[in-house]
Amino acid sequence: MTRVVANPRHGDLRNLLSVADLGPDVASGINRVLTLTDSFVEVSERAIPKVPALKGRTVVSLFFEDSTRTRLSFETAAKRLSADTMNFSVGTSSVKKGESLRDTIETIEAMGVDAIVVRHASAGVPLQIAQWANSAVINAGDGWHEHPTQALLDCYTIRQNLGDLAGRQIAIVGDIRHSRVARSNVAAFSALGAEVTLVAPPTLLPPSLEGWPVKVSHDLDSVLANTDVCYLLRMQRERMTEALIPSLREYTATYGLTERRADLLPGHALVMHPGPMNRGVEIAANVADRPNAVVIDQVRNGVAVRMAVLFLLLGSGIEWGGEIDA
Amino acid sequence: MPDPDREPNNRSRKVDVDNSTSTSSGWILRGGRVVDRSGDRVADVAIAADGTVAAVGLDLDAAGLGLADAPVLDVTGCIVAPGLVDIHTHLREPGREEAETIESGSRAAALGGFTAIVAMPNTEPTIDSAAVVRQVQSAGMAAGLCDVRVSGAITVGREGKALSPMAEMADLGVRMFTDDGCGVQDDRLMRRALEYSSGLSVPVTLAQHCEVEALSEGGHMHEGEWSSRLGIPGIPAEAEELMVFRDIALARLTGARVHFQHLSTAGAVELVRQAKARGLPVTSEATPHHFTLTHAEVASYDPVFKVNPPLRTADDVAAVKAGLADGTIDAIATDHAPHTAEVKEAPFDHAPCGMLGLETALALGVTELVEPGILTMTQLLAAMSWQPAEIAGIADIHGLPIETGSPAHLVVFDPTEEWTVDPSELASLSANTPYAGRTLRGKVRHTMLCGVPTVLDGKAQR
Amino acid sequence: MAERERRLTPPYGGVFVARTRVMTAEDMQRATKRMAHEIIERNHGLDEVVLVGLQTGGIRLAAQLAEALRLIEGYEVPVGCLDVAFYRDDIGLRPVLPEAVTDIPGDLDSRVVVLVDDVLFTGRTIRAALDALTDYGRAKAVQLAVMVDRGHRELPIRPDFVGKNLPTRRDEAVDVTPDGVDLGEMIK
Repeated sequence: MTRVVANPRHGDLRNLLSVADLGPDVASGINRVLTLTDSFVEVSERAIPKVPALKGRTVVSLFFEDSTRTRLSFETAAKRLSADTMNFSVGTSSVKKGESLRDTIETIEAMGVDAIVVRHASAGVPLQIAQWANSAVINAGDGWHEHPTQALLDCYTIRQNLGDLAGRQIAIVGDIRHSRVARSNVAAFSALGAEVTLVAPPTLLPPSLEGWPVKVSHDLDSVLANTDVCYLLRMQRERMTEALIPSLREYTATYGLTERRADLLPGHALVMHPGPMNRGVEIAANVADRPNAVVIDQVRNGVAVRMAVLFLLLGSGIEWGGEIDA
Repeated sequence: MPDPDREPNNRSRKVDVDNSTSTSSGWILRGGRVVDRSGDRVADVAIAADGTVAAVGLDLDAAGLGLADAPVLDVTGCIVAPGLVDIHTHLREPGREEAETIESGSRAAALGGFTAIVAMPNTEPTIDSAAVVRQVQSAGMAAGLCDVRVSGAITVGREGKALSPMAEMADLGVRMFTDDGCGVQDDRLMRRALEYSSGLSVPVTLAQHCEVEALSEGGHMHEGEWSSRLGIPGIPAEAEELMVFRDIALARLTGARVHFQHLSTAGAVELVRQAKARGLPVTSEATPHHFTLTHAEVASYDPVFKVNPPLRTADDVAAVKAGLADGTIDAIATDHAPHTAEVKEAPFDHAPCGMLGLETALALGVTELVEPGILTMTQLLAAMSWQPAEIAGIADIHGLPIETGSPAHLVVFDPTEEWTVDPSELASLSANTPYAGRTLRGKVRHTMLCGVPTVLDGKAQR
Repeated sequence: MAERERRLTPPYGGVFVARTRVMTAEDMQRATKRMAHEIIERNHGLDEVVLVGLQTGGIRLAAQLAEALRLIEGYEVPVGCLDVAFYRDDIGLRPVLPEAVTDIPGDLDSRVVVLVDDVLFTGRTIRAALDALTDYGRAKAVQLAVMVDRGHRELPIRPDFVGKNLPTRRDEAVDVTPDGVDLGEMIK
């Protein structure tokens, strides 16, 4: 009797810079991360939520832009995998004194790190860093470009609550133009077969949607009745001064998820938000507290998803793209 | 070499390069294809010891010309043309000598086949006074690799607030004024600049970098499909087109000459085409990168592709090519803009704009325009030699037909030789070429400045 | 060799070529029944016993053992499954991914855990499993049941219940399927 046993070493997932890095078949890449996340959700629910998988590995968070939530989520994930964590806080460091990006990376690498988690206000910085770094680079948000782990945790949260994303109607509402979350989520949701509608005033949409697998609406009310997931983006005050919207009040009146609008959603529909929420602007305070608002689930799943990503990049030894199952 | 103290309007002198230190006994170029504004033929070119062309013709008798001792260069298969003229070069000196100096930029120019370049005034300090003009002119003369001409700023400090002393600079030979790096935003100030410039004792050209800052501010690449996808703030094509439109109107209002720098959008090319059809005194240039590269290159987030005006769409590239083909665009200008690796290895939105151009321009013209049949070789050379010489006001010396008595500013290049761009091999002090690893056709063999080789067999001579 | 090890040991996949059938399906059934009796005997009944199958080869055997125990004692022991991917000491040396979510029934404090796997080889999987178990509580005792012990231990680990002791060469491969146990080679 002979049996062919597959070789799992095929592709390469060295960095996670964008949702497209999970390809060439993005959907199966996402599904692989989500399946692995199940195991880490189980780990997170234990009395001692910690496994030794990344013992001896070092993960550094390099945040050029403040984001305590994302940084804590990554650091918690790393610690639950028994990795050592370092925090290179840029706000007060040499970078402010004119040190070049490349020098910063070389300095950090000289300390011996295995993964660099990068947040930067400029699009593309994680990609640039990946060209210079030997360690794995994980994009924790770059400018308006991408935030791939947010997309993964959002996919996981939807799957957890509604099952398969295929055929689901997802409305992403708000400041799409300036949103890395929107760019990653459009890529991930549509790869998994969901139908995405962007709902925003034209000033808050990207100048061109060529190649985006989305529909566009400027009328939130008409979209809601046929929506499985209403994904709200944070509305920032400075958009007013840039003449993109007349006022936050008018924004709330036209694009905010008010109680009246939330009642238009089907009973099963989820309300999601990447946080931090502006209660009373893009989401009414008590809509955020309804049981179908799964914002806290998103945060909780964020840790497990990031454990899965760190484990895939540092611990599994699995190379990407190949089939694991014999 | 240019004489910084020469009198204005000294047009009688054909040659302004000091040849006295040269031990040259003349040169004979055998068997080349001579292309200039008067034609395209196979001929030998004899260069006299005084730096002028002694004779052009088949099977020249060197001894009969008194050039029996002149070394002979076999240039069979090569094109012999008037030296190239770049009307848009950033030499960085004074102020940013770590990126480029007048000497290193002149060397890059010579290697690219150029015998004259026009230095842009956005140095530190700005070239907006006679003193800085003199400084750049004398450094160019000392380098001796190229005829370094100087353009002056339209406004003091390129701040767009007050007119710079154009007459004082024109007296030193400045024929082109520009605030390049930005456009003159104030409509009234631009009108006054045009009116004032038309009354100077010599004809000068105001060259505009067309960009309405109210629309472009905060942008770092072309606004469109790729900027949307990459999450990089964009610069709409209309930011360029609005200023082209305004300046065409001002050219009509004032009757003054306007030159449009680095046209990059289909709309801008069309506006210039219409203005020319109406007989307005406008000229324009385009850069090699705007007829070669598109905004899709930015997907790498490599700041080497960051340039202003930004790389545009494939349709815009096609429009620039069409503009070159139908003569709407008069000149190919490099917008050679060196930046050190330190400043270019920054986040895309922090990195400065600009890319190298001098050493790749001719090859890109051959590869992207002549080989696909968009331009004839004569059209390419017109756009790189005699037409830009006219715009820069130096056509009395540069871009002249290769005939007895004309100054021997020549480029000799092999239009079929392939070479691969290696940033580390470029003569520029910087390495920010977007063409690294690209294989191009067309290689400069020799460059002659006033009969003296600045480049011989592809090697700079000093 | 356990399913995972077969696939994930250098050269990471290939073709298993069987040479000899060392146990038939019936042999395995009989061995399972015997091991069930031994487990009952050793533990004076099943009151404290929890079976934990190791992903992936131990899962089926654990289920079969539970069924045998039920037939003998009329009592259903709790059965769990454990994936040791996060506890291996050779992470980074070879590809490791969990096959399924670990599922441990209840608290392990004061329980006797019988770890179940198909093949015992170097002992490293069992070491990882022992580490993993400590994260679920302090078991009163941990015992080990395997269908095949093929030798070549690299750690001081010994099975309590064995279906068959099978002397092998180190470069040989053991394949356990519902049809039986084969000895052969992996060809890349």
